[in-house]
Amino acid sequence: MLRSALRDAALAAMVALLLTMPLIGLRTVESNSRLVVEPHFIDVAVTVALVFLGRLGLTLAGAAKGPAWSVLAAALTVVGSGWLLPFPTQALRWLAVAGGILVGLRALVALRARHGTLTEAERDRRMDRIGARLQDASRLIGPVAVIFALLLPLLPFADRALIDLGILLLTYIMLGWGLNIVVGLAGMLDLGYVAFYAVGAYSYALLAQTFGFGFWLCLPLAGLFASIYGLMLGFPVLRLRGDYFAIVTLAFAEIVRIVLLNWAWFTNGPIGISGIPRPSFFGLAVFAKNPPEGAIAFHKLFGLEFAQIHRIIFLYYIILALSLVVNFFTLRIRRLPLGRAWEALREDEIACTALGINRTTIRLAAFAIAGMFGGFAGAFFATRQGFISPESFSFIESAIILAVVVLGGMGSQVGVVVAALLVVGLPEAFRELAQYRMLAFGAGMVVIMLWRPRGLLAHREPTILMHPRRSACQQQADTEARG
Amino acid sequence: MTTDAAPALLEVEHLTQRFGGLVAVSDVSFWACDRKITAIIGPNGAGKTTVFNCLTGFYTPSEGRLCLNSGDSHWLLERMEPYRIAAAARVARTFQNVRLFSGMSVLENLIVAQHVKLMGASWFTVAGLFGLPGYRKAEREAVELARYWLDRVGLVGVADWQAGNLPYGAQRRLEIARAMCTDPRLLCLDEPAAGLNPRESADLADLLTFIRDQHRIGILLIEHDMSVVMKISDHVVVLDYGRKISEGPPAQVRNDPAVIRAYLGEEEE
Repeated sequence: MLRSALRDAALAAMVALLLTMPLIGLRTVESNSRLVVEPHFIDVAVTVALVFLGRLGLTLAGAAKGPAWSVLAAALTVVGSGWLLPFPTQALRWLAVAGGILVGLRALVALRARHGTLTEAERDRRMDRIGARLQDASRLIGPVAVIFALLLPLLPFADRALIDLGILLLTYIMLGWGLNIVVGLAGMLDLGYVAFYAVGAYSYALLAQTFGFGFWLCLPLAGLFASIYGLMLGFPVLRLRGDYFAIVTLAFAEIVRIVLLNWAWFTNGPIGISGIPRPSFFGLAVFAKNPPEGAIAFHKLFGLEFAQIHRIIFLYYIILALSLVVNFFTLRIRRLPLGRAWEALREDEIACTALGINRTTIRLAAFAIAGMFGGFAGAFFATRQGFISPESFSFIESAIILAVVVLGGMGSQVGVVVAALLVVGLPEAFRELAQYRMLAFGAGMVVIMLWRPRGLLAHREPTILMHPRRSACQQQADTEARG
Repeated sequence: MTTDAAPALLEVEHLTQRFGGLVAVSDVSFWACDRKITAIIGPNGAGKTTVFNCLTGFYTPSEGRLCLNSGDSHWLLERMEPYRIAAAARVARTFQNVRLFSGMSVLENLIVAQHVKLMGASWFTVAGLFGLPGYRKAEREAVELARYWLDRVGLVGVADWQAGNLPYGAQRRLEIARAMCTDPRLLCLDEPAAGLNPRESADLADLLTFIRDQHRIGILLIEHDMSVVMKISDHVVVLDYGRKISEGPPAQVRNDPAVIRAYLGEEEE
């Protein structure tokens, strides 16, 4: 076994040598206004050695009866040496430390697994049980979280940055919950959800600028337009299935963005729309220090000192209310024929048809409803930013929203919140490490795919029970006992 | 044809289905009567499932007429969309390889089967969203119907389980219960006894005769298990290479030389 592991590691080192020799080993530098090739063979040697050790460590740690303890010790040594030994470059030092930690973790996992001989199925089931327990707990956690969210702006440590982060998070949570209807419940992989967001945002911006409509009138209109867009998109697209469907939704989202970019006299093209009006306090008062003629200032209405943050807090409550509406709608509709038909369609289309369910209308309904929520979120985005341009609606937004839904566990409402915290919250919190964000994001996705392909908290609770009184946990235990 | 008082529920006339150059079903005509079990048998690849797929709208027949008569209403199935065949003409079917909503619970499977009724009661979701009493009543009735059928197929105890976790035989029974929850006029069963043990097959035969006698609907049955077919069917249609080679009561079909030839092959001289 040791021999094959060595051979494997040598092969990996060989590949690393081939790759790094031209990429790292030879560098062109300018000297005396001439380009000369500068050799960096020490870097290459260290890289190759690290790759060799790392691969060897991973193989040995992963092997059935490998020397996991020694691998763990070796990995820790490498991590330690990362701090102490001189490395040719900083990057290699970090590589050594990160690699050592990874191998060490693998060894730890192996040791643990050996302890309990945890098979993949068992791990999956264990995670399921956690999901089920969380589902049970979410009846308690849910209200607590909502109360916390309600009180957050009033807490002493809530500064502007925190509330801004809260608004951002809630926007993504709302979008995630909206997309969850299409992806999680109806089982259609929509890669173009951002298009609804864009339609909503531009609807509000244009309506407000052209006709001077207020936010509270535009919000339903933005939802309406987005859901009309959903219906228009749905008719041609819903004939497709699976991957084809995903690609076409992606294409339509790009079309929307490109139209916004090029339809200059209507959308102002790449310059975007600025000066989008801020929402008023339900049409009663405005958030301004010196309100225009005939309007009442918010701080005057409540007899407060003027503060910028009032408007931010108000925005926070708007998005909180909007996302709660989406959440309650989803929770409710899962128990209605429409929601059940969505889930049934996700499970088996042909069986649905044989039961008299009209696939097209059911799916169009999913599209229109999810689109409406996307449109609401878009209108909110426009009013919060005060400025929109097609750049805000690129594919990466769709990808992030989809990542939130998929990571969280398709169809799980709590999962979306957890995943939004991870995907949107963490990168915001660690803004200084901006350049490594995508790297960490990708690594996280791969880890989830390997360990938990159905999402973090994928656990489905039946929407109706014949024998109530039994919790999700017990049910899970039952199913396991049998299955 | 066994012409007694029962009206012909389903009239299949000159049904032909071609796939490119292949003729899967060729000029097949038969009747299926109300309150009777009509079995379609034949060797593998004889075109039995194709007939079913034409009946339930999954294929559009190349030629022929499929007429469902119920009282005063007549439905030309070959012109209807598949979901309308189930919703309006009320033809329910099961599948050769069980097609349950395996991620949903057993009860949910049966509630989804009553989608058309419940969707109306929920006023296309609006009434349901606000929890109006009319919808709540409809849902209670739906659960009662589901309980009735679960009781029939012996699955009440596991009503809240995930359907995919049931043993195979139970999944087959659940699929029949689900089809019955759509309140059909004609129930089409595609090899319901496939993969069942003799005990389960006998239970299935009892269930089917119960449905025929108590619920007074027509049953169309594709089956390989001759013990089931011969025991319960009132009328047997034999297909081979897409053609009808024999038809009649079980006892008569069993002794038909054409059928024996199709199943056992011809003796060489």
